Amino acid sequence: MIAETGLIALWLAAALALLQFALGAIGLRAGRQEYFAAIRSVTVAQGVFVTLSFLLLIWLFLRSDMSVRLVVMNSASVKPFIYKFSGTWGNHEGSMLLWVTVMGLAGAFIAMFERSLKQKTLVATLAAQAFISLGFYAFLLISSNPFERMFPVPADGQGLNPLLQDPGLAFHPPTLYFGYVGLSVAFSFAVGAMITRDVGAAFAKAMRPWVLGAWIFLTLGITAGSYWAYYELGWGGWWFWDPVENAALMPWLAATALLHSVTVLATRDGLRAWTLMLAVVAFSMSMIGTFLVRSGILTSVHAFAVDPERGSFILALLAIYIGGAMALFALRVGTVKEGSRFELVSREGALVANNLLLSVILGLVFIGTLYPLLVEAVTGEKLSVGPPYFNLATGPLALMLVAVMAAGPLLRWRRDNPKALLNRISIPILITAAALFALALFTTGMSVLALLGLALAIGVGVASFAPLWKRNLRRTPLHTYGMVIAHFGIAVALAGMACESSFTEEKLVAAKPGDEIAVNDWTLKFDAIEPVAGPNWTALEARITAQYGDGALHQINPQNRMFPAAQTQTSEAALLTRWNGQLYVVLGDGDSQGRWQVRVWWKPFVTWIWYGGILVALGGFLAMIGRLRRSYKQRKQREYAEAIV
Amino acid sequence: MKAKHQRLTLALLALVALVGAGLLGAYALQDQASYFYTPSDIVEKKPEAGTAIRLGGMVEEGSIERSADGVTVHFIVQDGTARQKVTYTGITPDLFVEGSGVVADGRLDGQGLFVAETLLAKHDENYIPRELEGIDMTSSEHKTETLVQ
Repeated sequence: MIAETGLIALWLAAALALLQFALGAIGLRAGRQEYFAAIRSVTVAQGVFVTLSFLLLIWLFLRSDMSVRLVVMNSASVKPFIYKFSGTWGNHEGSMLLWVTVMGLAGAFIAMFERSLKQKTLVATLAAQAFISLGFYAFLLISSNPFERMFPVPADGQGLNPLLQDPGLAFHPPTLYFGYVGLSVAFSFAVGAMITRDVGAAFAKAMRPWVLGAWIFLTLGITAGSYWAYYELGWGGWWFWDPVENAALMPWLAATALLHSVTVLATRDGLRAWTLMLAVVAFSMSMIGTFLVRSGILTSVHAFAVDPERGSFILALLAIYIGGAMALFALRVGTVKEGSRFELVSREGALVANNLLLSVILGLVFIGTLYPLLVEAVTGEKLSVGPPYFNLATGPLALMLVAVMAAGPLLRWRRDNPKALLNRISIPILITAAALFALALFTTGMSVLALLGLALAIGVGVASFAPLWKRNLRRTPLHTYGMVIAHFGIAVALAGMACESSFTEEKLVAAKPGDEIAVNDWTLKFDAIEPVAGPNWTALEARITAQYGDGALHQINPQNRMFPAAQTQTSEAALLTRWNGQLYVVLGDGDSQGRWQVRVWWKPFVTWIWYGGILVALGGFLAMIGRLRRSYKQRKQREYAEAIV
Repeated sequence: MKAKHQRLTLALLALVALVGAGLLGAYALQDQASYFYTPSDIVEKKPEAGTAIRLGGMVEEGSIERSADGVTVHFIVQDGTARQKVTYTGITPDLFVEGSGVVADGRLDGQGLFVAETLLAKHDENYIPRELEGIDMTSSEHKTETLVQ
């Protein structure tokens, strides 16, 4: 009965979404108050039912109900608890249900708590939100029903793809989906504001927390995904320019641009049309990301099912949403009044430069990701666009962007004096130059990009704190701290990337138990190889003792795992983290002479890449808290003033 | 600065950035778009030695040779018409076996030997490197099919 109840709840939620859309559309046309009141309750009810449906699906997975097809295909009764739980969204149907659930919850949240937006704009926003949800409901109910039963009931399930059996799965997809859905909310806001012709600072302030929230989740999702790929794949790389990675990077780039332009709109009421455009683009990117990942057009661990019907469905949704939004934008952009003006050398000017650079990088990643698909669709010829293209095309622009990031926050709004800026930024420039000189002198074999990147990271790391210079630190608003920390995080991540690409040392040997392997200052002693077993796998494990210089001894155990249920092997790398880097050891195959392949990397400061990502997200979080607190205070003050009058 | 001038400057800047990006992208793509090669592609349009390319095909039966150092492997990638010698130093993927699909990133050396830096094998029956779809996986099977038709 659980499955049936879940399906009924899903249908009800879909019906409520339809009602929500209709109420919004009719209510706005008729301008009737009672419709406006009703739409809030309907939105909340939709959120409740879709959440119920999702919880029921989790329950089915937890109790390994083998009469449900989805559970059979993606779970097994002997699987550890956490993977039964996270396996709920480790498949196509479940992940789509997660998407629409998060969307329903976001809608309910807006309906309950949004107070600063004009009522009409809010109603239009909720209607737009319902319209997006409807597409996903249709998708779930028509072509990917997660609650489908299976006859006859098999004895046990087929298990989850071993690569997905990792704690990362519990975390990585939901964070990305929160990000995607947050952008869909920003998009709904933009559509709402375009419909009611209400584009201005108030709208930007209402939209900003959603953009920030989406951006924080995307940042965390990408950071976690990168680390996951790094340790799970056992290739020692942290970013492969895989189309699936780009599918998450593109919305992030758009969201980063949107985040900065919405600030101009909220603070200075400038860049109106551009911000609307970016909101549309950001959501389009998250839809394209979903399309790329879910349609089966790309094969990877992310493409759960290769089913042309589903691909076409998502493509159709994509065309309707993006086409509709672009058409609305084209119709209404003429009525959006010009925002306030500014000089080129000003905070706004720097933010425009940021937006331009981000958009260009986005365009280049977009071309590189979709070009092979397009060529294949048109000519049938298969080609790959790989790291050589992406690094060459985006690297220099990314460095320019980081340089702008250092200078931008030191500029005044509206207009500033270029000489004064040079004055303020002279110390970071000197530091960058000194670092560049020292690195060029004392290191060998660094690529130009890495050299510039590391020098810039050092200078920008200092410059990112400059906005706090000579300020009363206790009275500095929280969102300024947020910006400082996020920008510093970028510098940290950049330093990590440059160090990893330049100073990594690697050794690959065939070693017998008893042999020693030396890498950098590390000595690894290969003690033994032993069989071990886990809940649903068996493995060969290497016992290795590692020592840095003449420091303490560490035991590390890389494994080769066999999953009998899926007849798959995975290699589990062993990591040893020090403050100045990470030792990464992979066990390979044995040969007839009793030797085992062991691959060892010493990656100086590689962890900074992900620490940087976390700092960026933390900065975003502080900024969001600061903004929310400030708008809450302002509202209270206003209400208080109104009450007195 | 007058408003009109300012708008013009901004529009010009945006245009320059876009054109620049377009050129940069086109340049990079032109260089790298033919990044994927099958052994016959290598015969036809021999890429320059030292250019990063991606090679895809099937590992020829009986071609895998492991050298005495225990970490270097030599094998031949074929696509039914041409063969390419490959050398790889590293841990081979779990499903790297003769007669199965493989995608290798690397470069040709001066002697026409492909030096692979990374090796990607077919993960399991659900995962085929995208570029290998449509290449006959086992040439013998393919032939029987053609005969039947």
